[in-house]
Amino acid sequence: MVTEHIVTKFDEDLNQLDNLIAEMGGHAEHQFADSIKGLIRRDTELAEKVILNDKRIDAIEVAVDQHTISMLALRQPMADDLRVVITALRIASIIERIGDYSKNISKRTVAITQSAPVGPARTISRMGDVVQGMINTVLDAYLQRNADLAEDVRQRDEEVDALHTSLFRELLTYMMEDPRSISACTHLLFVAKNIERIGDHATNIAENVYFLVHGKMPDETRPKDDQSSYTMIDDSDKNNN
Amino acid sequence: MTEATTNSMTTVMPPAPDATTEPRRVKYSTKNVDVFYGAKQALFDVSLDIHEYEVTALIGPSGCGKSTYLRSLNRMNDTIDICRVTGSIELDGIDVYSDEIDVVHLRARVGMVFQKPNPFPKTIFENVAYGPRIHGIATSKSEIDAIVEDSLTKAGLWKEVKDRLDEAGTGLSGGQQQRLCIARAIAVQPEVILMDEPCSALDPIATARIEELIDELRNNFSIVIVTHSMQQAARVSQRTAFFHLGDLVEVGETGKIFTTPDDQKTQDYITGRFG
Repeated sequence: MVTEHIVTKFDEDLNQLDNLIAEMGGHAEHQFADSIKGLIRRDTELAEKVILNDKRIDAIEVAVDQHTISMLALRQPMADDLRVVITALRIASIIERIGDYSKNISKRTVAITQSAPVGPARTISRMGDVVQGMINTVLDAYLQRNADLAEDVRQRDEEVDALHTSLFRELLTYMMEDPRSISACTHLLFVAKNIERIGDHATNIAENVYFLVHGKMPDETRPKDDQSSYTMIDDSDKNNN
Repeated sequence: MTEATTNSMTTVMPPAPDATTEPRRVKYSTKNVDVFYGAKQALFDVSLDIHEYEVTALIGPSGCGKSTYLRSLNRMNDTIDICRVTGSIELDGIDVYSDEIDVVHLRARVGMVFQKPNPFPKTIFENVAYGPRIHGIATSKSEIDAIVEDSLTKAGLWKEVKDRLDEAGTGLSGGQQQRLCIARAIAVQPEVILMDEPCSALDPIATARIEELIDELRNNFSIVIVTHSMQQAARVSQRTAFFHLGDLVEVGETGKIFTTPDDQKTQDYITGRFG
């Protein structure tokens, strides 16, 4: 990005694309933070606000779509310019998904607050902090075209996976202890899964940032530590059959 | 084929190898080529291979030396008195600048199509028949007829002109004239076709026809094309070479050059940052 294009409107178009992604990403980060805050504080008003505000993110995604399609048609971008346009298109669709997951967390918050409070607020809060940090950093990485920063985000996903697995176990234990908590805990399981998915999406954005900078996807497999798909509660001490 | 076509000048082309067989044979090998116009050096130490049955695109800003390079391949630069070429340019391993090379013979093996269509001021038929006749490729009326039809068909023009072969070539539209020039070039059964901005004087539809044609001609010829349209280079070529200020900056597989070039100068040029 050292030199400018001969056609200055092209530079303006590319900047506009960055601005849209920055705005969209900022909204998504905020929405996610609010959805976690609403859940922890059992604040249905905030949750309703998050549900309503998701429209905003969807609208920006439409704007990014239109802008990229028009750039492809009118400017026929090449090489790094082409990667900027394609990556923006991909990242916008990922951010839109992040918005959807945040909205879903808030919907479940409305349901959860109808029953008595259950346990693992701290782990959820912790997971939320890590994932929010990932969204924040990966957006910076995108705007700075910084592949190292993106790589840092990819590495952090391991911690999210580990937290998800531990949360999964924790929730199963609560449900076994008190069946009245099953309804709320099931919702929390989905919330935990949503947060874990948002972490994965931040990782996907990071991979796209790497592609934007280097022209190829990162090849080495990133660390993964989500064991929740394999987790069973050991019930041998209760019932031997 | 008739006995006239068995002389050395008209090697019958073997069929193109399967598109997946790589790497292709080197047709033209050029090493350390310098070209001077008087005291001014136009090309600096260019080493580039042209592969058989492949389209090689030469791109770069005006004055970068791409046309000079193209014209040195079939010694078109010989017509310029002050032009001097050093280094090695070999066609099938034979130095084209050696004293034994018959330039007329060389230019029959290496045809050329120019920026502006330049048909002879003769009939459509004569435009195509002239080359094979003077080169002795065909003598009888039926042989000539066959070559004219075949060349015009390969150039995608036969259907449009078959009922008006005795009309003046200059009466055709620009795009048709250019295809007539391509038919004229392939009528002498060359091995390589050099094209110097063949579409820059044509409308988009005529351009699309020529591009389609270039892709078909690739089955039988090695093609080198100079073009100012980067999209055209990207569409028609398999390999692309980028020239700048007389240097060959980068050469590589076309897909790579236009998506992830290695050199910053190539990147800047293809993305429209200098020109």
